[in-house]
Parts: sequence; structure tokens; C-alpha cells
Amino acid sequence: MTRELWDLSAVEARRLLDAREISALELTEAHLARIERLEPVLFCHIEVMGDVARTQAVEADRRIAAGDAAPLTGIQVSLKDVLVTVDAPTTAASQILKGYRSPYDATVVRRLREQGAVFVGKANTDEFAMGSSTENSSFGPTRNPWKTTTVPGGSSGGPAAAVAAGEAIVSLGSDTGGSIRQPAGFCGVVGVKPTYGRVSRYGLIAFGSSLDQIGPFARSVEDAAILLEAIAGHDPFDSTSAPVPVPNYRAGLGGDLRGTRIGVAQEYNVSGMEPGVETAVATAVQRLEELGAELVPVSLPHTKYALPTYYITAPAEASANLARYDGVKYGLSVEAGSLREQYERTRGEGFGAEVKRRIMLGTYALSSGYYDAYYVKAQKVRTLLKQDFDQAFEQVDAIVAPTSPTVAFPIGARTDDPYQMYLADVFTIPANMAGIAGVAVPCGFSDGLPVSLQVLGKAFDEGTVLRVAHAYEQASEWRERRPSL
Amino acid sequence: MRLTIADVEHVAALARLGLTEAEKERMRDQLSSILGHIEALNEIDTAAIPPTAQTIDLTNVMRDDEVRPSLPVEQVLANAPRRSGDFFEVHTPLGGDEGES
Repeated sequence: MTRELWDLSAVEARRLLDAREISALELTEAHLARIERLEPVLFCHIEVMGDVARTQAVEADRRIAAGDAAPLTGIQVSLKDVLVTVDAPTTAASQILKGYRSPYDATVVRRLREQGAVFVGKANTDEFAMGSSTENSSFGPTRNPWKTTTVPGGSSGGPAAAVAAGEAIVSLGSDTGGSIRQPAGFCGVVGVKPTYGRVSRYGLIAFGSSLDQIGPFARSVEDAAILLEAIAGHDPFDSTSAPVPVPNYRAGLGGDLRGTRIGVAQEYNVSGMEPGVETAVATAVQRLEELGAELVPVSLPHTKYALPTYYITAPAEASANLARYDGVKYGLSVEAGSLREQYERTRGEGFGAEVKRRIMLGTYALSSGYYDAYYVKAQKVRTLLKQDFDQAFEQVDAIVAPTSPTVAFPIGARTDDPYQMYLADVFTIPANMAGIAGVAVPCGFSDGLPVSLQVLGKAFDEGTVLRVAHAYEQASEWRERRPSL
Repeated sequence: MRLTIADVEHVAALARLGLTEAEKERMRDQLSSILGHIEALNEIDTAAIPPTAQTIDLTNVMRDDEVRPSLPVEQVLANAPRRSGDFFEVHTPLGGDEGES
């Protein structure tokens, strides 16, 4: 099968680039043309970086010719627009940062630049990464490439859809309560939330500082492993980044699952879970057993408390992180008669509804008289959520569950009731609360829309999680499916 | 947990967030609803449970106190809505109507 240039994996592209069968510039032009054709329908990108991409591609070709290529030299990458870049605006999809030009690159951006990757654009996101559908972007929603009347998921809907549609080979998103895994699931691609501390958060516009992680999207587990390796590792600019060596994730892939104990989480079902999702996930789990895994029922008894706990912790942290948007140093600044009025009017006009809701929720939870009842209470429940996983991982190497209770829902279906939207992340939130690693991998379709299997692993054990996901992927047919666009 | 408009105004003031009257009403209803769901946490007895602030085992991550180059001032001020020389220009925070809540 001869693939279109925009449908190559990073592994295939590397081979063709190094063999000088294609050039990085050709590969880039193919992706930019695909972007130009699809963007009017999909809106994956807030900013397309055509000129930057071409310049990077030319330099990549020079490096490849000199025999100096790194794994991602000449490979097209899309960056969620919460990652700061010196050569393109960063907006966090908010009016309060419209036109903002960062004076520095995020560490993950710098690491990819050093490898000679090609940045095709800044991808759309829910505003300040707050949302589960990308409908909270102040620039409009991204559409799911599989069915454009549905959401791509969120908050990293742009990066997920870009990879699903062939606008980029791989992309970077961020995950605070599921914002990589859930859109990966809705868009039928692979998405990885690394362990908290695995990847530097320097240059990631902060939302929930004890929860946020940057991670890869790709059309294969192998490509995701390559990108994860490129961005992971200790960074002196992020005091929460772990001094833990980065394994060769790619080399760890392969083989069957004999000897691997996989926990099936009993509590990962909710009323409102779609039968098509349940069936596809159950079939996938059976496949794992056929590959030699020992399935072990495990209980994570506090699972149902993860969502309410998250909706105190994350907004509380966000209320502190978003205090910096005040019209003084950058971004929107509304003319007013006093400093107080400037703050209130700038923030009132610059922030969207969901962002305001979370700032309010978080401020309330931290305020005098409510701090113990809400914020401290949530921190205590967080201990229990983490303990659930610690105890389960004494019996198993990985835990599997659905990524979401449903497939992608229609645009507008959940925008009236905030809590209905929050429920989209009910299966992804626990991993952020516990700080562990997780991957979403395609496991089927229901009503023409992708279904996804979530594999969770111990902190800093991305290797096992990727190995399990890869074994499943190689034994299934989903990785060759493409949306018809 | 039923919030009042006064509650909403108090929190908005803490957050320096300007809300329209319509936004205040919507916020009162939506926050009350969300807080209602969060009440579920009261089902768990957490009296003996220590709080978790972060899931990674790092404390007091420091570097040596050596002077190193910082971001050049021009870059720092490049996005400034209002600048005066090498300074960000702001309204005075002193005196007048800065009534604290």
C-alpha cells in the first residue's frame, strides 16, 4: 500500500527521509496542503505556522543530508495552543491573551526544535484547557474528523483531530483531568498522559499545577513512544519535574502479554454508559487475555468521588494560576479609572463563561470559612484515590478501563449543563488525581465513532502501559482505519 | 448548597472578576448546582486521612544562589499594554476606592 505523504507514521517518514526518498520540505508541503484543504471544515488550528514550518523543513533537509538526523528531524508536529512558542502567538484560546507573543519557548517545544521537528501550527483547545469538548475555545470549536457534527473531545481537541485527520504526524496536548486521553478516544488516535513529573511543565500555561502534564498524540503507539521519549526528562526550570531517567520506550515495545497481570477496574461503569462502548471495550479486554495476559478483577473503591474532588482541586489551583491575567503585563487590558476596575473589566471581558465558572468555584473553595470544608476535604479524598491505585498495583501491572462512557457527542449537546459536560471525564480524572501514567488506544467503533481503551500504570511505568497498548494495537485492526475526509 | 447573589458578589470581588447582573444570576444557579454534586464528598469520613497536596515526592528543590543572566528588559516589556521607560505602567493601587473585601 502506498500511503499519501500526510498519512505516513513518524517511523515510516523517518525511513523515507533518511533514505532521501522524500524531503522534509515535500513532507511539510503535503501537510500544509492538507491543512489548507481541511481547516475550513475542521478548525484544528488557531494559527497555522506555514513560514516557520518551511524554514524548519529546509534546515531539517540539510541535517538529514549531513547524516545528523534525530528521530523527529523533519517530522510534522502540531502544538496545543497552551504551549508557549517564540515564533507564533500563544492564546490558550482566550481573548485575554489574543496576540500574546511569548519571549521564551516551552521546554518541550525547545526539545523538539533541537531535534529539528517541523511545527505546522498552534492547535485549538478549550479556553485555558478547561473543558471536555473544545467548545469552550473563544475562537470556535474544532470538529471531529469522523463525524463533523460531533465534538473532537477536549480540552486537546485540536491536537487530537489534527493527528486523526492527517494535518500532522504527531502532536502535543496537555492532560489535567483527561484532556489528552478523552479527545484521543473520541478521535480514534493514541494519546498518552505521562506520570506527573515525567515531562516538564515549563512553558505550559498553567491550569492545575498538581495535575497538569504534557503528552503526545499519534496514530500509533510506537510514534507516541518516540515523541514521549523526546519530551520527557528532568528540567531544572520545572521544580516539579522528576529526576528519573527516561527509558527507551520504543525499545520496550513488542511481544505478547504472557506474564502480565492486568486489572479490570470494577467501578469503571456508570449509568449512561453506552452499550456500544461497553461491548467494544469488553471485546478488547478479552483480546488482552488471548494475548496471554492474566486478567484480575480489581477494586478502586473511591472512584465515584474522583469527579467531585477534581472539581474542587482543579478550579482552586486554576483560580490562583489565572490571577496573573490582569491587563498589566500582557494581553487584553481594558481602559478603566482605577486598578481595581481595570482588573475586573479586563478579566470580565477577557475570560469565557467556563473559565469564569472555574475561577469562581475555586475562589469559593479556598475562601475563608470554606477552605477546610472544600479544599482540605478534597486533598484528603485525593489521598484515598491515590491509595486505591497503590493498593491495586500491588496485585497487577496495569489496569484497563474504558476511556469515556460514550463516543463523541454532538456539538451543543452538553453546553447547557456544566456538570453533564464534566461527566465526560469520569474515567480519566482518577489518574490525574493519583499522578499515575495512562494511555488511550483505539479499540473499535460504535455508530461510526471511535471507542477507546484506557490503560493505566504505576507512576513512572509508562513502559508497561505502552507495551500493553502496543500489543493490543498490533493484534487489532483499528490502526489502519481513517476518517473519510 | 444554595448560594445567594451576595455570595456570588463576594467571591467575584475576591477574584477581581467583573460580572454582569445576568452572569451573577447564572453563576448563582450553576455554582449551586455544581456544589450540590460535590456534597457527595461528605459521605466519606476523612477525619483520620492526611491531605495530599502533590503526588510526587519532591521537596525544597533549589539551585545554588548564583547570579545568572535574566530575560532582557525589552523582552519582558514587549507585550506590555502600557509602559513607561523600563516599567510596566499601572494605575496607583494606593488610596481612593481600593475598598478591600
